[in-house]
Amino acid sequence: MNNYELMVIFTPVLSEEDFKAAQKKYIDLIAENGGATVHSNPWGLKSLAYPIQKKTTGIYWVLQFTASAEFNEKLKIQMLRDEQIMRHMITKLDKYAVEYNAKKLMGVSTLIQQKAEA
Amino acid sequence: MAKNEIKYLTAIKQEKPKKKFCRFKKYGIKYVDYKDIEFLKKFVNEQGKMLPRRLSGNSLKYQRKVSDAIKKARQMALLPYVTDLLK
Repeated sequence: MNNYELMVIFTPVLSEEDFKAAQKKYIDLIAENGGATVHSNPWGLKSLAYPIQKKTTGIYWVLQFTASAEFNEKLKIQMLRDEQIMRHMITKLDKYAVEYNAKKLMGVSTLIQQKAEA
Repeated sequence: MAKNEIKYLTAIKQEKPKKKFCRFKKYGIKYVDYKDIEFLKKFVNEQGKMLPRRLSGNSLKYQRKVSDAIKKARQMALLPYVTDLLK
């Protein structure tokens, strides 16, 4: 089992229910394949830095999950087939990343980074 | 001998330029988050190009991580590949 982070950009034409349904679909898919969801964070509608498929906005969704390494290929195929998805990315999280995400969840909103910015 | 040549008895104190440091090492940041755009913007210029280590002062280890994070952010349309007046 490894820790992964998935970021998806859905098309902006999606309604609120469709967005929720799509989230549920992938969370269920992960659960079916022996994985577990750690945290789901829908960012909602956001403007893109450059147009993708001639669209200037997208609905972002970030999901942290644990799964076996073979599962990612399956997930990727599902993502590519899905027409609601404009782009997706799966990132492997190392131990520092897991720590960082856990801290962020706890509400210690990246104090260290704020210090570095000052 | 040149007339307007000035000679000092004691050497003039010249201010040394501030030594650059790796902010990741100094503040103990272990993970560079590709989702934190405001933070990543410190490592790119106005055109969205990455700053070299010579300017940012990062150590090689963290420059590599920053570069990966910026490239991921670009893929996910969080940062632009090319632009003008980013900041």
